[in-house]
Amino acid sequence: MAAPETPKTPKPTEATETTGTAGTPETPETPETRWQARAEVSGRAAGRPARRRLLALGTLAVLVTAVLLVPLFAQLDQQLVDLRSAGRPPSWAHPFGTDEVGRDVLLRSIYGLRVSLLVGLTAALVSVVIGGLVGLLAGAAGGVVDRLLMRIVDGFNSLPHLLFGIFIVALFAPSATAVVVSVAVTHWTTAARIVRSEVLSLRGRPFVDAAISGGSSRARIVHRHFLPNLAPHLLLATVLMVPHAIWHETALSFLGLGLPAHLASLGNMINDGQRSLLAGDWWSSLFPGLLILLPTLAISALAQHLRDRSNPRHRSELTL
Amino acid sequence: MLEAADITVTFGRHRVLDRAAITVRPGEVVGLAGPSGCGKSTLTRVLALLLRPSGGRVVLDGQPVHRWRHRAPRRTAIGLVFQQPRLAVDPRFTLIEVIAEPLRANRRPLARAHELAEELGLTPELHSRRPHEVSDGQLQRACVARALALEPRYLICDEMTTMLDASTQAHLVARIEAYRARTGAGVLAVSHDLELLERWSGGNVRELAHRYPA
Repeated sequence: MAAPETPKTPKPTEATETTGTAGTPETPETPETRWQARAEVSGRAAGRPARRRLLALGTLAVLVTAVLLVPLFAQLDQQLVDLRSAGRPPSWAHPFGTDEVGRDVLLRSIYGLRVSLLVGLTAALVSVVIGGLVGLLAGAAGGVVDRLLMRIVDGFNSLPHLLFGIFIVALFAPSATAVVVSVAVTHWTTAARIVRSEVLSLRGRPFVDAAISGGSSRARIVHRHFLPNLAPHLLLATVLMVPHAIWHETALSFLGLGLPAHLASLGNMINDGQRSLLAGDWWSSLFPGLLILLPTLAISALAQHLRDRSNPRHRSELTL
Repeated sequence: MLEAADITVTFGRHRVLDRAAITVRPGEVVGLAGPSGCGKSTLTRVLALLLRPSGGRVVLDGQPVHRWRHRAPRRTAIGLVFQQPRLAVDPRFTLIEVIAEPLRANRRPLARAHELAEELGLTPELHSRRPHEVSDGQLQRACVARALALEPRYLICDEMTTMLDASTQAHLVARIEAYRARTGAGVLAVSHDLELLERWSGGNVRELAHRYPA
């Protein structure tokens, strides 16, 4: 009885020792660090994007408020120059300084931003509407219509789109409408592809078969099933398109092809400012540049959040 | 009479159905059994006029069918209950909208949707819930109600009760039997559960043989 007990007793001690020695590098990883890691992961998953989202929302709110309210209180005479106060650095009177002909950079930047946001939003909406209609038609009709429309999309995609945009805008007199047309005509293809692939996936779902079996017409299926299920994708495509459209508007204006040269537009202002840059007047290009960067980054961050939310798996995690 | 003869369906090079035939007479229950992958669901889609077969003919009440899917004007004469209720309803619809949709599409009075929901044991608080907020059984009840909404002359139940518990299964079969008794509709019950089919159809079961890919 004693003989079998003796080998038994050291076994557990050996076992505890081995787990103890082997566990020493593991022990810091088990109890507290697991919580730390979890806190870090949850911080990464919820805290930081939330802060980024708030920052983006705040930035956009400030900029949009400025764009909406400032023109009510401070009128900008687009033709007025004041050569006596030309090239002044940022000061209390002119927080963003003045440009080479003495115009206030802050006021002009806000007017420029108004144009950029308006043109960006309109161009994004128009391109998503065109793309959405083409994608819906291609996906819902299928067959020859689909093949034909998708080859047209491929054709548009094969062209360098900024160059094509320049070509289109050059056909018109410089105006905001010309920029909207140029951006919309060169960017509808993305929305068309998104919508088409989504419609193709929806078409094969049993609930569409059930709707057909229940006597729904094609138009009714589009209206009752396709459009509501496409809406989040369309919204996301629009929001993602806005910063891109703003970049295009400013790029075209910078090249002298966007808005007429005397009108305040961020692209025009950077273009004007680059001449005074050599003279050391950094402010006349920097501030309009920042006003392009800030809203586009903010909108991109919000679009990212929207994309995460539109993914149902992620959404369920967010609501839990 | 809903009659399918010599139905052949090919997807690309793969032949899913080869000269399959089945007949459903008004008022009778026909069971369709067969191992998974033998083409039962494909045959039900052909019979529901949702899939044009590569060969063969479907005759609905004496008239041969030439048009399929949206173009088939008489497709509402055939009701279809799908195997997986989760996939068979639009995730954005509430249960009552699911049931009312065929009525809306055909401009029929919507009050029927509430009657059907009650008949199938869907309590009023379930009406405004969306598919992800109800169980498979509750969702399948809504799907059966939807299939019955237009009073079809033929009802096809494609593995309707596979995912459900015994009591829901019994309840749904009882509802469909009551509908059959009231309207004289023909029922095609598809399942791989031979015992259920034997009991439901009173031994009137056809077997669809498994086809090995050629």
